[in-house]
Amino acid sequence: MPETKYETHQYDVIVIGAGGAGLRAAIESSALGARTALICKSLLGKAHTVMAEGGIAAALGNVYPEDNWKVHFRDTMRGGKMLNNWRMAQLHAQESPARVLELEEWGALFDRTKDGRILQRDFGGHRYARLAHVGDRTGLEMIRTLQQHAVHKGIDVFMECTINRLLMDGDRVSGAFGYRRESGKFIVFQAKAAVLATGGIGKAYQITSNSWEYTGDGHSLALWAGADLIDMEFVQFHPTGMVWPPSVRGILVTEGVRGDGGTLRNSTGERFMFRYIPPMFKAETAETEDEADRWYTDKKNARRTPDLLPRDEVARAINTEVKAGRGSPHAGVFLDIASRRDSEYIKRRLPSMYHQFKELADVDITKDPMEVGPTCHYVMGGVRVDADTAASTVKGLFAAGEVAGGMHGSNRLGGNSLSDLLVFGRRAGQGAADYARSSTGSTAASLSQIEQCSREALEPFERSGSENPYTIQQELQECMHNLVGIIRTEPELKQALDKIRTLRERSAHVKIEGHRQYNPGWHLALDLKSLLTVSECVARAALERKESRGGHTRDDYPGPDAKFAKVNVVLRERNGALSVTQEPLPEMPDELKSLFEEKK
Amino acid sequence: MGSQFRFRVWRGDSTGGEFKDYPVEVDEGMVVLDVIHRIQATQANDMAVRWNCKAGKCGSCSAEVNGKPRLMCMTRMNLFEPDSTITVAPMRTFGVIRDLVTDVSFNFAMAKQVPAFRPKPREADGTYRMQQEDIDRVQEFHKCIECFLCQNVCHVIRDHQEHKQHFAGPRMFVRYAALEMHPLDTNDRTELLRNKMGLGLCNITKCCTEVCPEHIHITDNAIIPLKERVVDRYYDPLTRLAHKLFGRK
Repeated sequence: MPETKYETHQYDVIVIGAGGAGLRAAIESSALGARTALICKSLLGKAHTVMAEGGIAAALGNVYPEDNWKVHFRDTMRGGKMLNNWRMAQLHAQESPARVLELEEWGALFDRTKDGRILQRDFGGHRYARLAHVGDRTGLEMIRTLQQHAVHKGIDVFMECTINRLLMDGDRVSGAFGYRRESGKFIVFQAKAAVLATGGIGKAYQITSNSWEYTGDGHSLALWAGADLIDMEFVQFHPTGMVWPPSVRGILVTEGVRGDGGTLRNSTGERFMFRYIPPMFKAETAETEDEADRWYTDKKNARRTPDLLPRDEVARAINTEVKAGRGSPHAGVFLDIASRRDSEYIKRRLPSMYHQFKELADVDITKDPMEVGPTCHYVMGGVRVDADTAASTVKGLFAAGEVAGGMHGSNRLGGNSLSDLLVFGRRAGQGAADYARSSTGSTAASLSQIEQCSREALEPFERSGSENPYTIQQELQECMHNLVGIIRTEPELKQALDKIRTLRERSAHVKIEGHRQYNPGWHLALDLKSLLTVSECVARAALERKESRGGHTRDDYPGPDAKFAKVNVVLRERNGALSVTQEPLPEMPDELKSLFEEKK
Repeated sequence: MGSQFRFRVWRGDSTGGEFKDYPVEVDEGMVVLDVIHRIQATQANDMAVRWNCKAGKCGSCSAEVNGKPRLMCMTRMNLFEPDSTITVAPMRTFGVIRDLVTDVSFNFAMAKQVPAFRPKPREADGTYRMQQEDIDRVQEFHKCIECFLCQNVCHVIRDHQEHKQHFAGPRMFVRYAALEMHPLDTNDRTELLRNKMGLGLCNITKCCTEVCPEHIHITDNAIIPLKERVVDRYYDPLTRLAHKLFGRK
């Protein structure tokens, strides 16, 4: 290895990404005795997990003893329109209570019930109040708890370090190549196994709740290494993002507002969600405002409010209302909790929403309704993994959290992400540590591979072109927003693919000024590669799925299609070419199938 | 509806630098961070700045705006007169890496030295029972987003860098308080706080409390109660005697 030229480190397991999944994976891997490095693009504790608000879904049964993993499993599968990997959904529902209790043992302090146990809150698509939470800042509590636990366990953390490529030894992962933001110097990790925990792709869209980091790095690293991606057509638009003023457009407004009694209204004051109850959820959704309002306190005799239908349903409904001219002044709809709950309750339950609207929009949510609209929030698709071990289809490569696909099917329920991070973060850490222990022989990456990575990374400084990386990113975001957004059609998807091709060509002419030390223009120029890759994946998969389901709505194929109910759209790259195929979903065992039959 | 501003942004690195002027148009509702991003996208692609959530939740974009330490993402431009000059400088207490990005590794090094949470055993039914009113005060401390603005304004290190060797700073005192007052914790950090973490150096001027974007009452609710614990333990004659005779409490 070229020790003199590159900063080089050797580990058993490297974990790329330090949000909830990455931290949990590193903790597990390290606890199992694997030498583990945790690598993150930002400072430790700043990953997107910190933005999660509402809570962690886990069938603890503290508020409703009737709740159990089977009910949670059923809710999750139905929320995902049955496209979920059933085994992942099962493990998730079974293990999330233990993962929440574990956080408590590591110092997390959740809000309490009257008898001193963990309080649980209502959320969209969950039959019972199920989300363990801390006001509306649950993600902060979770990431801080995991971060401090990891630090106390002495795990090596590489902060502000971006990975550009996975290194391969034949068909096995043998490490990763990246750079340190602070110095701009390259860094090489040699490792037996790598866990991807890089989060999502939100930065490919114009209106997004995601920060600069979410450029689809892990999705792209996996694809380039030969791994399969599934379900990339399914992108979740969270129904409630801020819409005004323009500079805050997209910032998340927690579903907890509706969980705690808030309701959606259009410009006529109508609670329009009653008109958008799909057949699948008709039996368990309230038909009148009176029934919906009673449900908050009486789950036995009233059915749930349609305000809390799964996110895909609510986002589409808002989109339709706005298009029909019944939107709010700034092209959203109203989210009203002011007229429904008292000021003190709102401030206690939703302190950061109160703060956020007051500071950024001059709106007092205890007095006036909020204006909200859909914002790109989450990608259901990702690296195809084995449910039990989180292993991808490439040897030595694991994935957990948002970057992994399958768990949420075509649409994720709110609250199921934080629990996903914990359950599969732990399993990925375990899978990687076990793999590293059993893998024989040493792995290495050839010098020529590393030199190639280095050349690619430095190209933007050496070109004679004049493209600005920010301009290309902005055009890509507009393209994805307008043509591959909530509602899609074949001509628009094809147009998007053309545009992506052009932008890819232009990105080869991006020229970076200045030097390598903490140069955001350079960082973005490198991120463009993965942004363009995942954008193409989303558009290609969206073109393939000729039906509407969950987070994928085709205006030209408005309904679900039984043929597509049985397949994943799979993307893989071979010799630089992207292929798209349909492959059968794993078959659910009969005893689980029966959970979907007996209900009304 | 756009209005013109002149931004004076500090550009440079650990070897030195200077303020550079950028004329920029500002739209309704923008915050300082938006303006910095606009300058970055159009006039200075390589301007270094940290940010993530843009909603006051991650604590990445701390800087000194017109001399006042704040989160850039929560500083609305309508605070300022149009046509005025806005100065944006990196936090002063930490060394500059580049432009607005500072070396905050001191805080992470101090975090490593905090003795871990050590919980008591679970109840017989496998749960931990805690009443909401018993955790309210600790939940206040858990609101900390680690923007390090409190560390930045604390005179003990801002004016005396040499104290960084033996002074944890307000952020870490909040963390110590969160652990010490956690209903389940059994660890004891009093000796460490007194001896190694420089709790006594704080002369409660409350600068930290003033800049906290989460409005945590750092001085009143965290630092002063910690100081009282130290006093009770080490300077109250009866407690000292009891401590000597019977060990902790």
